[in-house]
Amino acid sequence: MRLSSLRGAIVPVGLLILWEILSRAGVFSPIVLPPPSAVAVKWFSGLLPGLPYQPGTESYLAWMFSGEMPHDTVSSLSRVLSGFVIGAGLAVPTGLVLGTSDRLYALFNPLLQVLRPIPPIAYIPLAIVWFGLGNPPALFLIALGTFFPVLVNTIAGVRQVDSIYIRAARNLGANSWTMFRRVILPAASPFVLAGMRIGIGTAFIVVIVAEMIAVSDGLGYRILEAREYMWSDKIIGGMLTIGILGLIIDGAMSRFNDHLLRWHRGLER
Amino acid sequence: MSAEIVVADAGKVFGSGDTGVAALQDITTTVPEGQFLCLLGPSGCGKSTLLNAMAGFTPLTSGRITVGGRPVTAPGPDRGMVFQEYALFPWMSVEDNVRFGLDIKGIPKAEATVTVDRIVATLGLSDFRKRYPKDLSGGMRQRVAIARILALDPPVMLMDEPFGALDALTRRTLQDELLRIWSEYRKTIVFVTHSIEEAIYLADRILVMTYRPGRIKRDVTVAMPRPRDTASGDFNAIKRELAGLVMEEQRRFTDAEMHAPAVD
Repeated sequence: MRLSSLRGAIVPVGLLILWEILSRAGVFSPIVLPPPSAVAVKWFSGLLPGLPYQPGTESYLAWMFSGEMPHDTVSSLSRVLSGFVIGAGLAVPTGLVLGTSDRLYALFNPLLQVLRPIPPIAYIPLAIVWFGLGNPPALFLIALGTFFPVLVNTIAGVRQVDSIYIRAARNLGANSWTMFRRVILPAASPFVLAGMRIGIGTAFIVVIVAEMIAVSDGLGYRILEAREYMWSDKIIGGMLTIGILGLIIDGAMSRFNDHLLRWHRGLER
Repeated sequence: MSAEIVVADAGKVFGSGDTGVAALQDITTTVPEGQFLCLLGPSGCGKSTLLNAMAGFTPLTSGRITVGGRPVTAPGPDRGMVFQEYALFPWMSVEDNVRFGLDIKGIPKAEATVTVDRIVATLGLSDFRKRYPKDLSGGMRQRVAIARILALDPPVMLMDEPFGALDALTRRTLQDELLRIWSEYRKTIVFVTHSIEEAIYLADRILVMTYRPGRIKRDVTVAMPRPRDTASGDFNAIKRELAGLVMEEQRRFTDAEMHAPAVD
């Protein structure tokens, strides 16, 4: 295990060393490709608070997070989460209704098939026309990015519920509400949660783009701002932060799913 | 607690016109309170259709079925059903599966817990009550399925090839378990099977059904005392008689299948 993880490090570490050597030797200009050491220095300086700690004016914890990067990370994360909650909050009930009712499904499915393939990013101009600049268009776009994957999966989840569960529950005397809450909903939950995982991934892509256009903080805004000054080390450092945050979000979502679906056959280990 | 089942002129046609398939025709029989009845026949003989009609899943095209004097119109917990595919709710633990019917019935939690404890112990599931169905073997799952309906103390138990997917030894263990439960709780049981030996081992009475349209071909009473010895002369005499009857129908099924795609 340890040996194989060491072996896995050979290529990335080798590339970093090569990159460092080539950059220092002046093969690339620092604007095109700054050396990894410069990126690391910039990254850590962004992580630290800008001002010395002043007891009395703020809590220590607030000061710890007063650096530019922690501030941007919190902004981006809270946008992703708010947009996700709005999008999934609308998609799950809609999906449950459309999945349960064949008539409504037949009515709405064509519209859904037309709207679904439009990438959320294509809504940017309209979002700005409707909501102006600032958080509202960003949240709209993130919610939209979450909405369709969650909706489509929820509908599919409800429609694939094995009829044997319905029969068994009817035999035990379940009324429609019990059937819905304790049979259809849990039976569809693996699909719903898979949709949420895709949805939060999309939301994370959309938040970066939305921040580049509509707002003046967040990780997406910060790397675009750095471009104006040709701070390539800051751009690459920002991309690194975005990557780490994306990994954390997906990891957390995946753990949450595994916990909720601990009964599921697919998770047998 | 048990109840008599009366089937009067029951008929069922799937589809209509020339393509309609008569699954049941002119079925008239009475299952007395507390009887263990097996429905025996090849695929397509309507034995599951008749069971589903008793359960209230499949409405009849003609005739009627009453259970304890009440006409069957919809599924209900007074006719607990055990499916071949177990049909346990995989998102519920063993005890939650057993408790589910009691929750629906609105039994207070403390009272339900007493019932769950008792039923879970009866079926030897006490060590598995917190497990999820995916962690159980087929035999254990079917025990849970039986426990789930037994918790509601239904007068009638309907069983659709419940042990069909189990290996021979597990099957025998569960057959014995079922007979013990049946004699202890005095249920009326209707049990669908295509295994001749299983039918003779379990039943008070066996209805052999014909292939399409499903009718009663022979009504056989099994008078042997229990536990029954599957190797005894009496057992084999009945087995020979039933095998002749069932294989006749099986041949009709095979012929039909050779000439047209099966619609079963």
